[in-house]
Amino acid sequence: MKDCDATRMSLTRRAALGTIGVGGLALSGRLAQAQGAKPQEIKVGIATYLSGPASVFGVPGRQTAEMLFDEINAAGGIAGIKVRPIFVDEGPGVDHVVGEYRRLVQNEGVHLVFAAISSADCLACAPLADELKRPTLLWDCGTQRIFEDNRYSYAFRTQANATPEILAALLYLLKVKPDFKSIAVINQDYAWGRDSWDIFRTALNTLKPGVKVAAELFPRFGATDFSTEVTRVLALRPDVVLSTSWGGDLDALIRQSSDRKLFERATFVMPLAESSLQRVGKALPAGHIVGARGDHWFLHPSPADPERLKRFTESYRSRFNAYPIYPCFHMAQAVSAMKAGIEKAVAAKGGGWPTDAELAAAFKGLEFPSPTASVRIREDGQGLENQLIGTTLHSDRYPFPVLTDMVVFPAESVTTPVGQKSADWLKTLSPEMVAKLPQALAFR
Amino acid sequence: MSWFAENGLLVGLALLDGLSYAAAVFMVAVGLNLVFGVMRVLNVAHGSLYAIGGYAAASLGLFVASLGAPPWAGLPVLLAAAVLVGALLGPLIERLLLRRMQDQEPVLQLLVTFALFMILEDLQKLAFGVQPVVFDAPLKWLGTVDVPFGADAIPFTAYQLYVLPGVALATLAILAVVLRYTLVGRMVVAVTVDREAARAMGIDAAKVTLLTFTAGAALAALGGALAAPTVSLVPGVGASTIVLSFAVVATAGLGQIEGAAVAALLIGLGRSFAVYVAPEFEVVVPYAIMVTVLLFRPQGLFGVAETRRI
Repeated sequence: MKDCDATRMSLTRRAALGTIGVGGLALSGRLAQAQGAKPQEIKVGIATYLSGPASVFGVPGRQTAEMLFDEINAAGGIAGIKVRPIFVDEGPGVDHVVGEYRRLVQNEGVHLVFAAISSADCLACAPLADELKRPTLLWDCGTQRIFEDNRYSYAFRTQANATPEILAALLYLLKVKPDFKSIAVINQDYAWGRDSWDIFRTALNTLKPGVKVAAELFPRFGATDFSTEVTRVLALRPDVVLSTSWGGDLDALIRQSSDRKLFERATFVMPLAESSLQRVGKALPAGHIVGARGDHWFLHPSPADPERLKRFTESYRSRFNAYPIYPCFHMAQAVSAMKAGIEKAVAAKGGGWPTDAELAAAFKGLEFPSPTASVRIREDGQGLENQLIGTTLHSDRYPFPVLTDMVVFPAESVTTPVGQKSADWLKTLSPEMVAKLPQALAFR
Repeated sequence: MSWFAENGLLVGLALLDGLSYAAAVFMVAVGLNLVFGVMRVLNVAHGSLYAIGGYAAASLGLFVASLGAPPWAGLPVLLAAAVLVGALLGPLIERLLLRRMQDQEPVLQLLVTFALFMILEDLQKLAFGVQPVVFDAPLKWLGTVDVPFGADAIPFTAYQLYVLPGVALATLAILAVVLRYTLVGRMVVAVTVDREAARAMGIDAAKVTLLTFTAGAALAALGGALAAPTVSLVPGVGASTIVLSFAVVATAGLGQIEGAAVAALLIGLGRSFAVYVAPEFEVVVPYAIMVTVLLFRPQGLFGVAETRRI
């Protein structure tokens, strides 16, 4: 009896261990999906800035996601399945985001992840996507290094990267102000500020060698006072001032430059300033070059589907009392890519739910609509997106500057080809490409 | 000599920039230093009070402007907002939180004020949102001043040239007079020097502490309010300000008011000259100054080494 009890006890222990094992796996969330069981809902982890200075982009991004997820669910979901976003904050830093990514996949069992605004976060999350085999859409980060330095099977970018965003602004400058002789840069002192200047300078040295760099100023990230930098540049009198800054930093720089008449002495090139236009109002004078980090603006001059852009703009404005800025468009692109990717994978499976690998494979070569045009994801995972650059103009119709003389650069002409690195490719550019720019479109 | 002959005009510009920057930094650091002197608490939440002061000034200023008030009205609004924030939040934080932590370990006090900082950051976002806020009516009303620069002229805002340094000087003078020549000021000094002895002599140390913390909170809020016309207020603005203020306070010596002015000047001018001479080092200069001072004088430039009490 004792033996019998011992055997039973032993079996019980084994069974218990087995139960704990299975239970633990169940608790640890959905495993990499091998069988492709149709889920009750599509859970999407979204990393965005909900705190800190970058929440000026992160919160509009989250708002757009909420709006578009609601719209998708109201229309019956994707392939008949409702979608649910789970937001995580990028504010505390890369380590936090990496931990949250694992939690989203292993505990929450998300089917996709949208990550992230910060380039550092994207650089950390792309390898995680492959490690955990979870399709991941890089929805806003700019660093070109992700797909130039590595290959990933589960990570895809649904917009352009820093190289086309900065190169397009330079080409535009060369077109509209070909005779400039000197330039000063005022960028934020962190990876983006430094990397974007490297891209700009490399391309500038190739396309117009001999331009004098009057000053390279990198004030602290999050700085609020640029008076010393403004004085320095006023004294140096460069023809052009480049700033790839954003958020409160850019707003403060624009206001302080405007207060001290720096805009009257130099042409500013600000590839990210579309996101500041509504806030700085007419402190930003007419005649300066502004980019939108892609082919989007709520007054886009040639949208592929004007009704779609109008619907998107009005939905956002009625819900959040502001016109959408570029992170809103980037989020819309990620949501659109997600929908198109899932629908493509489900169709390829004859209506069945795809495995994670099948879903990831659907994103390669995927072409999906954006609010203004369409974006294609290349074989290396990089999105091919056109670039819109324009010149500020004051119009009575809006209390802030609008853009005119807009040029939409075709993605292929400004994006580093597959397999090449931007630093090398930029050195091969030809000055003739300036003469081949598309026709500028005026504000209407 | 030849460098100065060639760059004398630039030195002049750097001095003007450094002075206004130092004034802005001093306004925040002096409150932090005052509070530390009396309470021996390094208040991390001081940065939040700066941010809330800025947001309150901008919101109140925009509201007053929307009522059709003239642009000059923005200046008294900045002051009113600072007083309001100090008078509301100062006593609340001191009575409900810091007084209870008075006898705790310094590290615990630091952690509590850090927690408060984080809470206030979130409340700030709930109240004011995440989009940058600015109120520049007073700055625009005062206009610009052209500073001669050879055959050229460099425009500075009058607000930057006159208002910021003027308010900082006035604050320093008022604090110096109050602390030296008034009964309340002497009580503050007495509590700063030796809390127990001050209480033994009949000074209500709790009341002095409450008063000092409220004044410190108002000074932080005034720093934020004065910054509101020139900067864009965004989430996180308090964090960057408090870090720089710590550098000023550590350089000056904890509890030193005039020392804070000198340290702010050193850091302001150091940073300004860095932008002109070696912009790569602009970010590190304030902290390099702090480290250099602390290496040779761990108690800060004007701090007094204390005898350890057993």
